[in-house]
Amino acid sequence: MNHLGFEMDKVKIGSFDFTCCEGCQLQLANKESTLPDFLNLLDIRNFREISSERHDDYDIALVEGSITRRDEIERLKAIRAQAKILIAFGACACFGGVNSLKNRIPQDEAIREVYDGKAIETMPSMKISDIVHVDLSIPGCPVSKDEVERIVVGVITRSQVSLPKYPVCVDCKQRLNTCLFDLGEICLGPISRAGCDAVCPTGKTPCLGCRGPADDINFPSFKQLVIDKQLSTADMREKLSFYNGFVDYLDT
Amino acid sequence: MNVDFNIDVRHLTRVEGHGNIHISVKNGKLAEATWAVIETPRFFEVMVKGVSAERAPFLTSRICGICSISHSLASIRALERAMEIEPPETAKIIRLLAMHGETLSSHALHLFFLAAPDFLNVPSAVPLMQSHPEIVEAGLMLKELGNTLSIVTTGRATHPVSLVLGGVSKAPSKQRLQELKTMIAERKPALDRTTAFFRTLTLPDFVRETEFISLRNGTSYPYIGGDLVSTDGVVHDENDYLLMTNEYLTEFSTSKFTKVSRQSSAAGSLARFNNNYDLLGPRAREAAASFGLEPVCHNPFMNNVAQLIECHQIIEEAETIIDRLLDDDLLDIKADYKPKAGAATGAVEAPRGVLYHHIETDEEGKVTKADCIIPTTQNNANIHYDLHALAEQALAEGKSEQETEKLCVMLVRSYDPCISCSVH
Repeated sequence: MNHLGFEMDKVKIGSFDFTCCEGCQLQLANKESTLPDFLNLLDIRNFREISSERHDDYDIALVEGSITRRDEIERLKAIRAQAKILIAFGACACFGGVNSLKNRIPQDEAIREVYDGKAIETMPSMKISDIVHVDLSIPGCPVSKDEVERIVVGVITRSQVSLPKYPVCVDCKQRLNTCLFDLGEICLGPISRAGCDAVCPTGKTPCLGCRGPADDINFPSFKQLVIDKQLSTADMREKLSFYNGFVDYLDT
Repeated sequence: MNVDFNIDVRHLTRVEGHGNIHISVKNGKLAEATWAVIETPRFFEVMVKGVSAERAPFLTSRICGICSISHSLASIRALERAMEIEPPETAKIIRLLAMHGETLSSHALHLFFLAAPDFLNVPSAVPLMQSHPEIVEAGLMLKELGNTLSIVTTGRATHPVSLVLGGVSKAPSKQRLQELKTMIAERKPALDRTTAFFRTLTLPDFVRETEFISLRNGTSYPYIGGDLVSTDGVVHDENDYLLMTNEYLTEFSTSKFTKVSRQSSAAGSLARFNNNYDLLGPRAREAAASFGLEPVCHNPFMNNVAQLIECHQIIEEAETIIDRLLDDDLLDIKADYKPKAGAATGAVEAPRGVLYHHIETDEEGKVTKADCIIPTTQNNANIHYDLHALAEQALAEGKSEQETEKLCVMLVRSYDPCISCSVH
């Protein structure tokens, strides 16, 4: 592989999934037009969803999903011990994701409801950084392949990688969308981290904050906006709780 | 032959989610054959309780990273039926086009990247980039076409943005629809090349008589709603989905099993084909004839071929829908509604088979109860008993341990299981 005139080895990578829908891993197979070039950068050592070849000598681990069972903790620790760089990707890995909605009720009640009390093991949903050190996070539900590609290429070429610090509103304005607040809808765009190209408000549905809070948000002002517009605070709470990214703000 | 061996495939590769195959042979006789799902359960039925009807489809779409559009539409259909909301015609065909995109992309992913490596004796599609570049390219072109259909109609390929209660929140632009039309015309030859390639592959000769379950509406190939039918002649109303599933728990699997008239049944492309062959268009029928595939086919490996035939059907239908949308002013796309208490089932044909969401709401439109039954759940028992019959056949034919293992993993992959979906 040649980058800016420098010869480099392909990077040994593994992709792993825990409790989730595997939609983020699936994004890796999207953007078909650049897929062969992207794959050329990588030496895929372990990616169960697409390959029967499995080796444990990867340097970068992409980790998707949240942790809801004891065996997952052990598997995650083993991945951490092997990987030089562990990247949590997707809202489930970064925040606990929608799985956290089951944390609202006692786990034995959840088991009784879905499995008639059969001995099924589960525990409250945890994010990856609750268990091991995470080097980089790529949030989103699902992640954007553009961003994953940019960050993985950045890691390989040892360039600086970062997420946008500003909120979704900035991208949304650039797409010339009518503000959903003006249409009478609470949207988390003013407080959520950009990088998704404002895909939800562009589709005329509110941002639910799958990328978590932007840097330096003014949460009290956001709450005031909801009150000033006479919108439902129950609706605001439902949206803030959706991906568990705003858990630290819910009761502020 | 007095052979003893165990086949233990832990975390089967090239399928969505985590499942194990266990085969045990003692003194040349099959002692045990098991399909066990060990995926971590997520408890969506608990998660969705108390969520507003408006938001619920956005939550349930997260059951699956591959068939999120189907999950979203199953919830929307259940809620619209429960709350007596009638979406406008234009919204209905936009939704149908979105489903076609998802199914095309899902089938292309399975056929080229998950199933094909088995038939060509390689561990993944990566070596095929060198050995069969034209086939990988065709697969990527079809997958991208499917994704583009979903992006144009719903905002993105996974976890749709604009599928909402009452219709759609935003209509696709005429320009994007026109581009889609061109894209389909350009990529149709890739599907023909693919079909010719798949005809050169040899599918294992294995038959176990099976009851096939799907939707049927009598006027079109089934996608959204309809009667629940089986090849054994069972017919039920959509709301009577429990009679068509009869879920039960086993000791060895976190995913439930189901049955109807027999000990197991199957859903998916082959089931839809077997129940709705008369409603396929000319291109799809021609493709079926070229494989000698006729209803009722009881070889589970032919599910791969049925998926390919459905790709022909979908592309033909997508062209018609796009023409209709280009002639439409695309203004009437969402019905107004007031939340109300109710209960109903929404059944859709997800890429892997019939999917049921049953939802109950209170007068504020909050979800009070939900039940989701996933296609792979409906295939678990059939995979389990197929494995038994296939392993016995392999033993009788004197196949080696390695050959038997290969057949078993190929069998499971033929069902294109979506395991994390089945343990929602």
